[in-house]
Amino acid sequence: MKRRRILATVAMLAVGTGLAACSSDEGGSDASNCTNTITKKDLPVVTMWGWYPNTQLVVDNFNKLNNEVQVCWTNVGQGGDEYDKFQTAISAGTGAPDVIMVEADRIPTFQIQGALVDIKKYGYDAVKANYSEGAWKDVSVGDAVYGVPVDGGPMGMIYRKDIFDKYKITPPKTWAEYEQAAQKVKDAGGPLFGDFGANVPAVLMALQIQKGATPFTFDPAQPKAIGVKLNDQASKDVLDYWGGLAKKGLVGTQNQFTPEYITGVINGNYATYISAAWAPGYLTGAGVGKGQDTGKFAVAPLPQWDPANPVQVNWGGSAFSVTKQAKKPELAAKVAYGLYADKESLTDGWTNQIIFPLNLTALKDPAFVDLKVAFFGGQQANKEVYVPAADAYQGVQYAPFGQYYLDAMEKQVSEVIKGSITGSQAADRLQEDVAKYAKEQGFTVQ
Amino acid sequence: MTSLTEKRAARTQPETRTIRGKVHLREHLMGWLFVGPFGVVFLAFLIAPLAYALYLSLFQKKLIGGTSFVLFDNYVKAFTDPSFLSGAWFVIRFSLVSIPVQIIIALAMALILDSVTTLFARFSRLMIFLPYAIPTVIGAVMWGFLYSRGFGPLTDIFGLFGATAPDFLGSDLIFYGLLNVVTWQWAGYYMIILYAALQGVDPTLYEAARMDGAGRWQIATRIKIPLIAPALILILVFSLIGTLQFFNEPQILRYLAAGTIGSDFTPNMYAYQQAFSLANFNYGSAISFALGGIVFICVYAFLFFTRKRRSFL
Repeated sequence: MKRRRILATVAMLAVGTGLAACSSDEGGSDASNCTNTITKKDLPVVTMWGWYPNTQLVVDNFNKLNNEVQVCWTNVGQGGDEYDKFQTAISAGTGAPDVIMVEADRIPTFQIQGALVDIKKYGYDAVKANYSEGAWKDVSVGDAVYGVPVDGGPMGMIYRKDIFDKYKITPPKTWAEYEQAAQKVKDAGGPLFGDFGANVPAVLMALQIQKGATPFTFDPAQPKAIGVKLNDQASKDVLDYWGGLAKKGLVGTQNQFTPEYITGVINGNYATYISAAWAPGYLTGAGVGKGQDTGKFAVAPLPQWDPANPVQVNWGGSAFSVTKQAKKPELAAKVAYGLYADKESLTDGWTNQIIFPLNLTALKDPAFVDLKVAFFGGQQANKEVYVPAADAYQGVQYAPFGQYYLDAMEKQVSEVIKGSITGSQAADRLQEDVAKYAKEQGFTVQ
Repeated sequence: MTSLTEKRAARTQPETRTIRGKVHLREHLMGWLFVGPFGVVFLAFLIAPLAYALYLSLFQKKLIGGTSFVLFDNYVKAFTDPSFLSGAWFVIRFSLVSIPVQIIIALAMALILDSVTTLFARFSRLMIFLPYAIPTVIGAVMWGFLYSRGFGPLTDIFGLFGATAPDFLGSDLIFYGLLNVVTWQWAGYYMIILYAALQGVDPTLYEAARMDGAGRWQIATRIKIPLIAPALILILVFSLIGTLQFFNEPQILRYLAAGTIGSDFTPNMYAYQQAFSLANFNYGSAISFALGGIVFICVYAFLFFTRKRRSFL
């Protein structure tokens, strides 16, 4: 009897301590489990989430140069994975890092929930001149600044030189020429000309903006009102164009960022890849351009609708933001302003094509502009394509419910790919869906 | 003498009563202490989250305007939401096809292994069960790669005959692609349950049946299957609940077939997207509860139609 009683007590205690162990875990904001090693242990620590392939080096450089604050970095996942965790931490009110890497198009989504800190009063003036006005616009909502730009994604058309040579075509300058070239390659029994993937709605949004669409209009002075215009003629034209290419069998409909797609890129199944300046770094990391396909890639400016009035657009690009959960926002802002802003980190970033820097010290550096990019077989890709595209980029107004919009777009594009609806119908449905969501969320939709 | 004994008895009686009361109380306490660990875990990890989710599902949170109490509005929205309804319809269709397939395979295997007693039978039993020991996530990733047209073996195999490989990750065949993964993973597990039930059947029954002139086929259909009916119903209920809550396999395959499998492919995936990607915990909770309602109705209907045979619930 006595032994049993002891056992029962032990069991109770075990459960109790088990429960206690659960509650002592502080999650993502814990500074004790950094990926990097902090050597200056007596300095205050700021936690940071980010996923640049060279973050380790960037953080080490910052910590080495700084004698006020040290960064504790964790990689909690790339893109959507990180946003989901951050979103959950926002809802929970705890668990977010002090500084977070976010893509510029997500800033309004988090800003409207009051999750980000306006860092204008924490040293903006000192670094203002280091970035272009367009770069600041992408990370601002109204007059308030919610991030420090790091990299941009000026778009271009990556293509396979071997395929273009074989079928005797030159890089198309307009979308009409793009279709003609695609038809020519197909008629000659060649590979697909490009890819219309459902899971890259951000690309389609950029291409719609290139044709003149303004998906969202938002005045911070009237935060309750939002303009949603997803089915204007420009938006419809772009979806119809790509839907048509897919229907004619000129482009593939494979989801991108998948092993399947990358295998196709390596095997030369796609003659072009409509993408951004960070793509060479991403592709190299995924194993492209290392074997039989070495030096077969080149890049040309993005095809235009009206060559007389070219429009340049952007895909991706990111910034460092300070979160509302940061206990010392001033220190956190120092980190946001200083990370990835030193010459050594930036140089590492652009020489390895991990980032297309927005910091003007790098962007105007002749070594950067004249760089002969190894991935493109020594082509001066920055000078020829990406820098002019970045210079001409005007900035975009992103939605405060970007996640919903992109998910909804992905859904409609899947339907276009299946052939059940046309691009125009997809645009109409998207408009209806997103406008309904905006109303549900309490906005007045104009 | 007598008076003394009486006195003593009179004195001890109330004492024994209190002692007995104390023992009773102590036993009572011990009982609670034994139930305690389970009770704490049960309350903390099942009842409390359920109650909290129910509470959450009665509110609505807006980007503009904050949180408000809306009673059952979220449920009204769920049952008129095409995303939820199409997801629910998918899992119901999937259950109707996948459960019979799995049960028939599991039953056939169990009956075969029950009547064969060689070393090979034991080896096969292990091999058939093995997929269940592989984590769902690993299994799904593995099948995703096998299905891949870019680097999977299907392209090569079909290429030998000059045919194009079917795209099990495409929207036309994803149903069958998933059906195959689920059957591969679970049929072995159900087989083991049925096999164990068959082992519990008294062998003298078979002997008696044989003496009456029953063949193997008759023994299987007339004796074995009716006797393991409770186990069959048990696994049917298990698989029904599991399939209606379909999540892991499509969520993993999404990364390989993103356009085909949307974020609202099954109700559980939709709830996950609402809660963790769109921060709409309220609606996510409502979807979970609505799905719970559908599961309850399906299981109840099933048990109602099989009520004559059931003996375990």
